[in-house]
Amino acid sequence: MDLRIGGESAYAYTGGKAFDPRLPAIVFIHGGELDHCVWILQSRYLAHHGHAVLAVDLPGHGRSGGAPLANIGAMADWIVALLDAAKLDSAALVGHSMGSLVALDCAARYPERVNRVALVGTGFPMRVSPDLLEATKASEPEALRMINFWSHAAHAHYPGNPGPGFWVAGGNLRLLQRQKPGVLHADFAACESYRSGLERAAQVKCPALLVLGRLDAMTPARVGRDLAGAIPNSMLKTLNDSGHNLMGEKPDEVLDALVEFLRA
Amino acid sequence: MAAPRPLQFDTLSLHAGQRPDPVTGARATPIYFTTSFVFRDADHAAAMFNMERGGHVYSRISNPTNAVLEERIAALEGGVGAIATASGQAALHLAIATIAGAGSHVVASRALYGGSHNLLSYTLPRFGVETSFVDPRDLGAWKKAIRPNTRLLFGETLGNPGLDVLDIPSVSAIAHEARLPLLVDSTFTTPYLLKPFDHGADLVYHSATKFLGGHGVAIGGVLVDGGTFDWEASGKFPELTEPYAGFHGMDFQEESTVAAFLLRARREGLRDFGACMSPASAFQILQGVETLPLRMERHVENTRKAVEFLARQPGVQSIAYPELDSHPDHALARKLLPRGCGAVFSFDLKEGRDGGRRFIEGLRIFSHLANVGDAKSLVIHPASTTHFRMSDAALAQAGIGPGTVRLSVGLEDPEDLLEDLSRGLRAAKA
Repeated sequence: MDLRIGGESAYAYTGGKAFDPRLPAIVFIHGGELDHCVWILQSRYLAHHGHAVLAVDLPGHGRSGGAPLANIGAMADWIVALLDAAKLDSAALVGHSMGSLVALDCAARYPERVNRVALVGTGFPMRVSPDLLEATKASEPEALRMINFWSHAAHAHYPGNPGPGFWVAGGNLRLLQRQKPGVLHADFAACESYRSGLERAAQVKCPALLVLGRLDAMTPARVGRDLAGAIPNSMLKTLNDSGHNLMGEKPDEVLDALVEFLRA
Repeated sequence: MAAPRPLQFDTLSLHAGQRPDPVTGARATPIYFTTSFVFRDADHAAAMFNMERGGHVYSRISNPTNAVLEERIAALEGGVGAIATASGQAALHLAIATIAGAGSHVVASRALYGGSHNLLSYTLPRFGVETSFVDPRDLGAWKKAIRPNTRLLFGETLGNPGLDVLDIPSVSAIAHEARLPLLVDSTFTTPYLLKPFDHGADLVYHSATKFLGGHGVAIGGVLVDGGTFDWEASGKFPELTEPYAGFHGMDFQEESTVAAFLLRARREGLRDFGACMSPASAFQILQGVETLPLRMERHVENTRKAVEFLARQPGVQSIAYPELDSHPDHALARKLLPRGCGAVFSFDLKEGRDGGRRFIEGLRIFSHLANVGDAKSLVIHPASTTHFRMSDAALAQAGIGPGTVRLSVGLEDPEDLLEDLSRGLRAAKA
């Protein structure tokens, strides 16, 4: 679905079904240097199970126009503008990595617009080392390879993995490489400079779910647990044997956690 | 900041795509001999059919043993995923059928495996897909042959029979300028010798029957998607960028920014054409892939010795191997194939058609058969076998001489192989 926000095009995948704003809405927010398709299985399932789904491409990412937004607060404001454009009074927000900070900030600052918030592969502070931040600017291809390496727990699946034929790490790397130059640095700088995570966490009024990967090297589970402890009404789900790319490495487990949370 | 060290090729050959089964502890990849897979409940079944959850439904579409092979080859190639097929020919057909249909056009190198040439020249035109063949070394010809309805450029990493080295960087640049993908048959080189995606190719396929399997026991193919081509930006591929009535109105590019081709190839091509690989074959090919780096190194080492030996023989008129200064693609081979130019090459005997026949019959170790890429050394004399009906003039047009012999050098002791070649050369002179 194509919307207009602030004079720019804004794309959102609707889960393979026509968008119906009368249904309970869910907005999926991707992480840095990625796009909507990281949520394909989860968003498609929920769209076919009674929800109005918008899996967005943030400004400057994927099919959306404009430049990447400079900070997490601006991205949260953009999500509210998206709700307005889609004529939604409120929605559940599901965010991954950078997108989880956006969802957190939005839920805290716009409590009347956010009825649930799920944070996947999350933590606060979401630190980016000075060397990596510099690499995102000076040597983007190398930085992408490092980020992709640190985003996965293992080189292989167990038998019966749910993505037949897909090399998850290879797919994630290509998706990272597909974004426009400059987006990576903007996104990682936004994560690094976000300072109000704990303050916002304490302000969240709606139910919250945190889904963490026990082997996450980008947002370690320990930091995720600290954030969960700062959110008044939160549940925590830690997935064994998963790294930061939880939707790719453990798609069914992430979906099951979301279904249970949204149903509760 | 310590840079991470990703797993290297040799390690991926053994481990990519598979870990020990957590239930049984099986270290090797199990062969999942089952046609179908049980659903957890009705909702799970519906979700599987609508691509809301991943997993296996029916072994024509996917199978856990095949999935390990697919992921392993994708990892070795540096792609986003792969599809195992019944044969290399099935992989080529699947690639073309996914993005071309009646009224489409392909530009292909004329230096192709005979089976591929047959498919493009005679069979696909019956279904409305035409092909223009070009000299792979003539970059202007590639460009000139592109038409508004062209959907694909296609060549082999090492062409048949003269081992023309495909200039992948230049041909892919021509393809991309025309908003078209480049498909490459990488059978002769395998990812150990050449990774076409690193040089600009968009799709790669293998006859896994050859070096990937390596032991001449299983027929199979693998089609790999590099995830690099932007089908949406091209604007020429509605099969991937517009809703498909045959699969829930799915817009594959919208579903997956980088794997749209692979999604349609599996959800349509494997489903409808059905040229899937048996899990037994996948298992056998996986055994070969585990030793691919070791075997390819030895294949190339033995081949270099055979080439060097034959080059010194008075009964040999010429040898087509890109590592030789005399080969027209020598410089390109040094750039694209620093690890070697494979283990299949042709040479011409001065004794002509009869000499070729005598050479073959004089050999004791090289097996006379129509295959390449086996652990065992193989030989064929096209003028008395695959092309025996053709006159010398017709053979010349196909780049084959009456005394042309093709070798696929195996893993035997190199001195034994050289002795066998000596035996053949003595017989050829008689």
